[in-house]
Amino acid sequence: MWLLRAFEERVSELVGTGEVSGLVHLSIGQEAVAVGVMDALRASDVVYSSHRAHGHFLARGSDPGRVLAEVMGRRDGLCGGKGGSMHLVDREHGLLGASGVVGGTIPLALGSALVARDAGRGDVAVVFFGDGAAQTGHFHESLNLASLWSLPVLLVCENNGYAEFTPRSAHTKVAHVVGLAAPYRIAARVVDGNDVLAVLDGARELVAVCRAGNGPALLECLTYRLRGHYEGDPAKYREATELAEWREKDPLLRFAPRVSADEAVAAEREARAMVERATVFARQSPFPDPRELTTDVRDPLRNVNG
Amino acid sequence: MRRDGGVVVIGEDVAEGGPYGATRDLVAEFGDRRVIDTPISEAAVTGVAVGAALSGWRPVVEIMFIDFITLALDQLVNHAAKARYMSGGQLRVPLVLRTQGGAGVRSGAQHSQSLEAWLAHVPGLAVVMPATPADAAGLLRAAIRADDPVVVVENKALYYEKGEVADGALVPIGAAVTRRDGRDVTVVATSRLVGEALAAADELAAEGVSVEVIDPRTINPLDRETILRSVSRTTRLVVAHEAATIGGFGAEVAAMVAEEAIDRLAAPIVRVGAPFTPVPASPVLEDAYLVGRREIADAVRRVLRW
Repeated sequence: MWLLRAFEERVSELVGTGEVSGLVHLSIGQEAVAVGVMDALRASDVVYSSHRAHGHFLARGSDPGRVLAEVMGRRDGLCGGKGGSMHLVDREHGLLGASGVVGGTIPLALGSALVARDAGRGDVAVVFFGDGAAQTGHFHESLNLASLWSLPVLLVCENNGYAEFTPRSAHTKVAHVVGLAAPYRIAARVVDGNDVLAVLDGARELVAVCRAGNGPALLECLTYRLRGHYEGDPAKYREATELAEWREKDPLLRFAPRVSADEAVAAEREARAMVERATVFARQSPFPDPRELTTDVRDPLRNVNG
Repeated sequence: MRRDGGVVVIGEDVAEGGPYGATRDLVAEFGDRRVIDTPISEAAVTGVAVGAALSGWRPVVEIMFIDFITLALDQLVNHAAKARYMSGGQLRVPLVLRTQGGAGVRSGAQHSQSLEAWLAHVPGLAVVMPATPADAAGLLRAAIRADDPVVVVENKALYYEKGEVADGALVPIGAAVTRRDGRDVTVVATSRLVGEALAAADELAAEGVSVEVIDPRTINPLDRETILRSVSRTTRLVVAHEAATIGGFGAEVAAMVAEEAIDRLAAPIVRVGAPFTPVPASPVLEDAYLVGRREIADAVRRVLRW
């Protein structure tokens, strides 16, 4: 969690210096969800992310230097600079995609779960999405399909209370996303998304459901983003008192009593050192060669069978 | 499907064979594990196919009518087409999307469209349009073996055509075929209009006009050489398709020839396509909407008169 926090604080600084450009969505305040869920998984599981992706990748074990280099558009980024903040992929770590389209990765996870179900090794697919995605057709169609086919897919909703700039109450009368699970007979739990141990406990239980062939499952993590929707969003739609309340519930503060003061200090120090090294790595990485523009895509002038 | 266990068919009513019997009897041989019936959820079903492709299968997803591809475009355009590029080459999407379009069956504006030009405009997708039974089989086979997404657009009026189909033959994607040799005018025609162009050529032969008919078979990537070679010889070009002329694939062919070989042209290029209206349902109106041999023959006479 400390790594995720330190990393994204650095990204925020780099937005300020102009070294990170484009739309960047930070998950500061939501770290416990990524860390808790990833701890419940094994290496052969696959994971799909959302537009707010950095934390998922770091928690799954992606190299911070390569994640940062990607966010900075550098050649040594995970995707060679072609993906950027919203489209990270790290195949080696089973991270098959993030998406700038809200809800867009939900059916992709079902597809991977279909393959996993067929292989019969007990692997699961996991997809992270926000509460805003729960109003998309992708989500509703996917609930039905995943249920119909008993797919081993864990749907993780990071409910931070806001869909872009608008509170959940303005978008739906369904108070909790898990309220949609029962009609489809999907196992579901709501957990305190700022309590990493609660997230881990919920994820373990539901991953076990999926591994046993009783999936899908829906885990709703109640959390809050302490930054705006994207870096540069003044977030005037939120009351200062609300923000202050959630700062008290910061997942790092919540976890601190579980470890000794020395351990907490050491964890934070190590995280900051990792982020320093990542920053040096990313800054030293060159920008991609302009000739890379036309690689990794079909050549419109050539036969595609070759 | 016999050759590769990773090839699965997925879509609405595919086990039943679909409205035109295209997948008839597949389930009897391959079972419901590989011939997967789905609810009417085009967006999520296409996403499931993309996710399964990311996890190693070679899915053939069917969109029953191309009109319904609007519901699947997010997955096709934002995810399938871009995953390889955005991931810096880490991911491949060996997906085939089979669908059919075209008018003439009195079904009105939402079951009769020709939307291939939209898809040909998307980097990362290949789009093929078979005009004969042999090409329908050969292009589909090549599409299944391709490692990047291919959209196969069939024409419903051609489902009743009969023709020889060689066992296991592949038709390369990106390779046009000259259906008829001629000296005076080149007609580039796609899908149903290939047969119409051949009929027009017969009619014109009686008038002493020699027409060359080229079927691109793949509209992206386009086999430019075959077209340019022909036009350089005949010096006159007509481009014909069932879709609306405005913004249609014919505009791309005309522009390409104008850019590459305008000095070889003895007359302006003429396009044959539908008027810019939705497809009407009434037989009288639909007959007025559809273009065919008469319009192609008139266009040939026009370029010869110039």
